[in-house]
Amino acid sequence: MTVIRDLANRNAAQQDTDAETRPVPEGHVRLTIDGIELDAPKGELIIRTCERLGIIVPRFCDHPLLDPAGACRQCLVEVEMGGRPMPKPQASCTMTVADGMVVKTQHTSPVADKAQQGVMELLLINHPLDCPICDKGGECPLQNQAMTSGRTDSRFLEAKRTFAKPIAITTQVLLDRERCVLCQRCTRFDEEIAGDNFIDLLERGAGQQIGTAGTAEVEGDAAGLAGGQSYFSGNTIQICPVGALTSAAYRFRSRPFDLGSTTGVCEHCSSGCAQRTDTRRGTVLRRLAGNDPAVNEEWNCDKGRFAFRYLSAKERITRPMVRDSDGVLAETSWTEALQVAADGLVAARSGGIGVLAGGRLTIEDAYAYAKFARVALGTNDIDFRARPHSAEELEFLAAHVVGQGPETLDYARLEAAPAVLCVAFEPEEESPIVFLRLRKAARKHAQKVFHLTQWSTPAVLRTGTPLGAAEPAARDNLIPAVPGAEAAVLAALPQHVVALLTGGGVILVGERAAEVPGLLSGVSVLAARTGAAIGWVPRRAGERGALEAGAVPTLLPGGRSVADADARAEVEQAWGLVEGALPATPGRDTDEILAAAAMGELAGLVVGGLDPADLADPQAALAGLREVGFLVSLELHASGVTELADVVLPVAPDAQRDGSYRNWEGRAREFGPALDASGVLPDCRVLDTLAVEMDADIFTQTPAVSARELARLGLRRGAAPPGPAVPAGEPRHPGFGQAVLATWRQLVDHSTLAVDEPALAGTARPALVRVNAATAERLGLTEGEPATVRTERGAITLPVALTDLPDGVVWLPGNSGESRVRASLGAGHGDLVGVTA
Amino acid sequence: MTASTPDLLTPVLTRRWLSPRAWSIGTYEQLEGYQGLRTALAAHPDQLIALVKDSGLRGRGGAGFPTGLKWSFIPQGPTGPGAKPKYLVINADEGEPGTCKDIPAMMADPHSLIEGCVITSYAIRANFCAIYIRGEALHCIRRVRNAVDEAYRAGYLGRDILGSGFDLDIVVHAGAGAYICGEETALLDSLEGRRGQPRLKPPFPATSGLYASPTVVNNVETIATVPAIVQGGSEWFRSMGSAKSPGPKIYSVSGHVERPGQYEAPLGITLRTLLELAGGMKDGIPLKFWTPGGSSTPLFTVDHLDTPLDFEGAAAAGSMLGTTAVMVFNETVSVPWAVMKWTEFYKHESCGKCTPCREGTYWLVQILERMVHGEGTEADVDTMVDICDNVLGRSFCALGDGAVSPITSGIQYFRQEFLDLIAEQPTVAQPEQLEDLVGVQA
Repeated sequence: MTVIRDLANRNAAQQDTDAETRPVPEGHVRLTIDGIELDAPKGELIIRTCERLGIIVPRFCDHPLLDPAGACRQCLVEVEMGGRPMPKPQASCTMTVADGMVVKTQHTSPVADKAQQGVMELLLINHPLDCPICDKGGECPLQNQAMTSGRTDSRFLEAKRTFAKPIAITTQVLLDRERCVLCQRCTRFDEEIAGDNFIDLLERGAGQQIGTAGTAEVEGDAAGLAGGQSYFSGNTIQICPVGALTSAAYRFRSRPFDLGSTTGVCEHCSSGCAQRTDTRRGTVLRRLAGNDPAVNEEWNCDKGRFAFRYLSAKERITRPMVRDSDGVLAETSWTEALQVAADGLVAARSGGIGVLAGGRLTIEDAYAYAKFARVALGTNDIDFRARPHSAEELEFLAAHVVGQGPETLDYARLEAAPAVLCVAFEPEEESPIVFLRLRKAARKHAQKVFHLTQWSTPAVLRTGTPLGAAEPAARDNLIPAVPGAEAAVLAALPQHVVALLTGGGVILVGERAAEVPGLLSGVSVLAARTGAAIGWVPRRAGERGALEAGAVPTLLPGGRSVADADARAEVEQAWGLVEGALPATPGRDTDEILAAAAMGELAGLVVGGLDPADLADPQAALAGLREVGFLVSLELHASGVTELADVVLPVAPDAQRDGSYRNWEGRAREFGPALDASGVLPDCRVLDTLAVEMDADIFTQTPAVSARELARLGLRRGAAPPGPAVPAGEPRHPGFGQAVLATWRQLVDHSTLAVDEPALAGTARPALVRVNAATAERLGLTEGEPATVRTERGAITLPVALTDLPDGVVWLPGNSGESRVRASLGAGHGDLVGVTA
Repeated sequence: MTASTPDLLTPVLTRRWLSPRAWSIGTYEQLEGYQGLRTALAAHPDQLIALVKDSGLRGRGGAGFPTGLKWSFIPQGPTGPGAKPKYLVINADEGEPGTCKDIPAMMADPHSLIEGCVITSYAIRANFCAIYIRGEALHCIRRVRNAVDEAYRAGYLGRDILGSGFDLDIVVHAGAGAYICGEETALLDSLEGRRGQPRLKPPFPATSGLYASPTVVNNVETIATVPAIVQGGSEWFRSMGSAKSPGPKIYSVSGHVERPGQYEAPLGITLRTLLELAGGMKDGIPLKFWTPGGSSTPLFTVDHLDTPLDFEGAAAAGSMLGTTAVMVFNETVSVPWAVMKWTEFYKHESCGKCTPCREGTYWLVQILERMVHGEGTEADVDTMVDICDNVLGRSFCALGDGAVSPITSGIQYFRQEFLDLIAEQPTVAQPEQLEDLVGVQA
């Protein structure tokens, strides 16, 4: 502190000499804090100006990303305006700076100091002295500030307030109310940031407490109301300035001072959240949102925060395995496994080998797969898309996505856009931090967020009319479309939406667009017509990078077309290959590769992290995996692929390696190992060694080497190819007892990386069949009663929820509860299904 | 009104109270009711704001803010903030201990409030007015709702009022029983259906009040005074009271006096005069302490009998005019006991938003209860004074300031009584001892 103060004084001295001559910069005011004169931007809160000076005013309710509240009163300072002291000390977290203002903090004002000590004493009278067993002890703002601004002893002789402990706010957030200092950060987060209504203030005065609809008492009885559901509840634990809100999974597991911390990025979706991973003795104990103002600010979603137990799941593969003569997978040495794999692949090479890379790779690994396919296997049969996809999508990605970076469209531009159109993209389920930005923009800047989708999802409602307005949310931001008709609806957008997009708008499009013929072409046309920026937001963390790395059948690294001889020559030169070594014909996509394998037209497959159930037709995919002559699987966990593989090679999880992702903006998100990385190998290293065994060199021994080579290759020369021009498709027309299926995945579902997290699973949205009232009547369905959705392949039975879907449409969650749409029904978005009560 | 000393009283708001069926629209109209409205509707709204400014009318809810000035803060004009709808909200959440003026006024003469609402709404160009009445006053809610219905039927409310082209709707809203909702921003949140807790200011209600629109929040008595000003003019209004605190005011006198009740007198009257009007101290037992404007205003003693009860006079003597709820206590009442009861009230009514008020009242009640039960310690009085210092001016709204007023003023004037409680130190408080402490219950 002393050092900081000295610095501040020096700065002040510097400023003093300049002050007479230096004019106040535009948009600034000049004020004095603790005798230091400085300029501050208009509208800045005093507490922030103090921070910039190195003067820390104690606080609890203040949070830079929440609206000022002034509730805890811990940050009181003395303020003079126009030479007159204000009669009462002022909350520095709510008052903005003004010209000529003189601020005296606890360092120079006995009044401010006593006010702060007084508030601290009042906060502590009802706070238990359980620091030694409290999760927060050691990293607790209350503990720390009680040291700086508190008394050494207590004058409180009376009875402390007590509560039954703890209560569950959600399955993963527990609340010990007696520890709560009622700063209301959590309830303000809920109201302002997430908008989920999962936590609120109850009662009043000294009886005031945090609770939920479920814990509220009405007339003395528990009201038993259903609480809100949230994907963001874990953030309240992190911003709680005391140990009141704790994580069910972490509670009582560790002390902060026993943890080692590593900064990194989240592997779950393409938001690209910065995060902090805390470990102890080789185990990840918790993850926190990292602070990256350009990306996730200080938030993350609950999946990113809590879903890391896959690291220690019993399905985790740690040793290489080779299928023996009895057809049983047996653990073996790396040497043997690599030899068997290399021999098998070399033998299969003449019959053709496909590579399915999966959507969860780091860009360095994806590059290794892309290069391995071309150099070691001599094929363009490589695709990262482990989900329904289309040729139109590849054209769209080549035209509008590859090579783009945050300089074209980033979170900041997204937030500043006057209007955003989400097309076949469910932001909260698919990229929660994009959702939080949209909601922030809607709330703070009255951004219009339109959703071309099937129903008013929670995200649609919560990015609607700016909050605080009296009127009920105007439902004018849903642009409904029958599945399959999205392209036609997009082509006939209401004029006011087009007009808003024309003034600097943004179109966000999700992976589901690939399932609707003509939709991505329509996005391409709309962007050209309005000048709106396009943001492609895939659901998985690795897809954006895999596209850049060339893990697709039509593109080499840097978006170079495989059909372009100059581009091939450029890559051949960089890779040290002879001229003409690279295959010139575009390869086959995931479905085509698997279909070829099923038909016996492919001799081998190299498969990264991929779940056959995620593909458009899981049965066909499994047939391909079964029928292919030789199958090599690089995996973290036992899966539908490893079950059929001839060789299984374990790969390193993010926690035990370095690497980077490209998030949806195209921003590089680098991370290092949080745990000891010895004994595990990243995909790029495994492929490099495998290539060597096959007498090929791909030079991807480490992620760093791989990344350097990819960076050297750079981008394609010349302009991007034109966008796709697929005509808009027609939706199916349901017959008697039928409906058109709409489906997408929910954030918290049966995903592989969320295994072994019962507390997280408890916050999943319920699996429901959704139809509108007219369709329910036509099909004979009753709200709350079960309905069965059926195809020739199978059936899914779930309770009915009446929702504002278009007529004749039924919605199912993709992979939640009993609903595993692709695996059970073999059907997807836009297909016809039978529905019965 | 229970007294009959006409030369000291200035019945303006109370002048109809004793008339037969004073609350009915018929009686009101017979006694010049809704005449001010006709005059007002013939004038330009800005003229009305100027008139109320000239009259010097100050808010009767406790703070005494100049009413005309408040109205002039409402942005007007076809564009910008002036283009938003404007609202008038009547604060009828009368809950300050000892205060009993708005509810009697609404019971006896609801139409003067309604007429004031129409004139005020016309002046500030609002077409919607909400009257937020304390939920416990169910009789009063019914009475005002009836009166609003009568006014609609008579054409004083609704579309095209009296052919002026001016529209106004009034909604009578029942509060849910929270003292904090008398704080204007908490009232607005409550009216919007939210948790009743005070809002951060700025923005002030004048620019961002009800539903984030320009809003005037005025007390019942303030608005009920407006028709009389329109009829009588500002000169007439200024003929009563003092230069800075002009006009009449309803003093609600309660406690140990012979004739408790509402006495409407010019601002600046003294307790000595009020006691004369109220028939003197009950049974002749001498005065010990009193509040000039409810329990949130620091106590006065016999030394303050001649303090002029207007905004300046009360403040100069170290208290506040508040709501002119004059609570009179005689020699039989224990100050620590009374202070404890008041503090229990504030603890019960603290909204919980800010630390000093929520935790301070929680702590202070426990100390006071312990002292009154004979378990005080030497340090208690000093501790209480220090806690009060940490609450006063440190809490989010004025509730915390009000909560410590009885304690600090009680200790200031009657410190020895608190010390005596410690000195006596009965080991176990017996019910009969408590009786002694409590004194005579009037």
